[in-house]
Amino acid sequence: MSRAISVRGLAKRFGSLEALRGVDLEIEPGEFFALLGPNGAGKTTLISILAGLVRASAGQAEVMGHDVVHDYRAARRNLGVVPQELVFDPFFTVRETLQFQSGYFGIKRNDDWIDALLHHLNLTDKAETNMRRLSGGMKRRVLVAQALVHKPPVIVLDEPTAGVDVELRQTLWQFIRDLNRQGHTILLTTHYLEEAEELCERVAMLKEGRIVALDRTANLLRADSQRRVELRLNPRRLPEALQPRLLGEKDGAFLLSLHDFGELEGMLAEIRQAGVQIDGFCVRQPDLEEVFLQTMHGAAR
Amino acid sequence: MTGFLTLFRKEVLRFWKVLMQTVAAPILTTLLYLLIFSHVLEAHVQVYPGVSYTSFLIPGLVMMAILQNAFANGSSSLIQSKISGNIVFFLLPPLSYLEFFLAYLLAAMVRGLVVGLGVAVSGLLFTDLSLVHPLWVMVFALVASAVFACFGIIAGIWAEKFDQLAGVQNFVIMPLTFLSGVFYSIHSLPAFWQAVSHYNPVFYMIDGFRYGFHGVSDVDPWQSLAAVLPIGLILAGLTLQLLRSGYKLRH
Repeated sequence: MSRAISVRGLAKRFGSLEALRGVDLEIEPGEFFALLGPNGAGKTTLISILAGLVRASAGQAEVMGHDVVHDYRAARRNLGVVPQELVFDPFFTVRETLQFQSGYFGIKRNDDWIDALLHHLNLTDKAETNMRRLSGGMKRRVLVAQALVHKPPVIVLDEPTAGVDVELRQTLWQFIRDLNRQGHTILLTTHYLEEAEELCERVAMLKEGRIVALDRTANLLRADSQRRVELRLNPRRLPEALQPRLLGEKDGAFLLSLHDFGELEGMLAEIRQAGVQIDGFCVRQPDLEEVFLQTMHGAAR
Repeated sequence: MTGFLTLFRKEVLRFWKVLMQTVAAPILTTLLYLLIFSHVLEAHVQVYPGVSYTSFLIPGLVMMAILQNAFANGSSSLIQSKISGNIVFFLLPPLSYLEFFLAYLLAAMVRGLVVGLGVAVSGLLFTDLSLVHPLWVMVFALVASAVFACFGIIAGIWAEKFDQLAGVQNFVIMPLTFLSGVFYSIHSLPAFWQAVSHYNPVFYMIDGFRYGFHGVSDVDPWQSLAAVLPIGLILAGLTLQLLRSGYKLRH
């Protein structure tokens, strides 16, 4: 079975700017994959090449085994893209927009699926409303619906939740998660790292046109040294035995390293013996944001 | 086929939804020309024997309306889509560049022909209009609208701002159409300008079109067709080439 997305040696140059400098990436069917990176890292360029909006300077890209240049019709039929920009055609209603989009993909009567999409995205009562009259969040959901009119096996979402309120974000993710469960491959770029951490099995981090990290989300988070204990003590005095663990202080609390949860008991005993009282205590798991920041700084060096 | 038909339908609906601006307004403007020029010149000018000035003028104005609106449709639709960004809606689907071309071409021709027909029918309120060779009328209406539709698509692809498009409209389209014999026969011009007019393709479009109505013209309609057709083919080829290469549409 062919890969959902396969990218080899992909490079793109805009004049003197090198947006992508040789990217290799393979995403299997059914994956929920996040592409992370700061602004200007090349995420949108990579997506645009997959979508045929931008032509690569070098390298190849395939969607479900179809080359995006030589076999563009098949590649595009297999791909649904939710663009980052909030674009719409002010001449038409929501339903017309979706009917046209179906027609562009060669689908004549698509009203049942369009109704289902409108229902899942809470747009049913806006079906006959002109696009101009929709709020930003609604326009965003219409863009999602547009990307799905042809039931593409691979769905690309470029910053889909930018400027979308919390409730709506939840609805949207529930829907995308359902699609993923039904077998759709999801490729997501987002600035909200907690979203990527929660949703995505695998993550690639892009920086200055290169992939600087590519692994399962769980593996990226499993860096032991990053687990910490945050301790507030009264009096504010760290027992001698715990000094080697000290990573730093933050707002009056001590940050201690914790390699293993088994070590907790001993630490607490040391504190009790030193006659110090615990005012505050929490164990902090590393999150994707920390991994992300470390990776980005590490790659800079 | 469905892709092409959908894009064509969308392009026609786009101007149909704002008929007042895209059809009624150009018809009214053209009728004002008719009203003023025929009123002022009817008693003074007779270009062909037995043809009143108003009857002479109407085919020219109809052709001018066809050309300007065929140009306007494709060009304004494309630039709006480019600037608003909704052009991705038809760049993402598996539409071939040929489907893209034909949809924009035919929709622009429809707009040009609808406005032209509107001008012709309203012109009948002012005077009787003969129709000696209806086939020539159709041939020139179709070929000329196609040429300017291509021209409009090219301009729409090329332009990055409304300003640039307005430049083409005001500095190329307007002079080409006004200085082509819409309001006069080029035989009434000094020799130099007569010669210059022969390099204006719009002159042949109008002259051939007029031949269809009155059975008389400055040059033979076959010669006019021979002058116009190659231009149409070249522009169509160029448009297809631009779309195939993704010029200014796909980076």
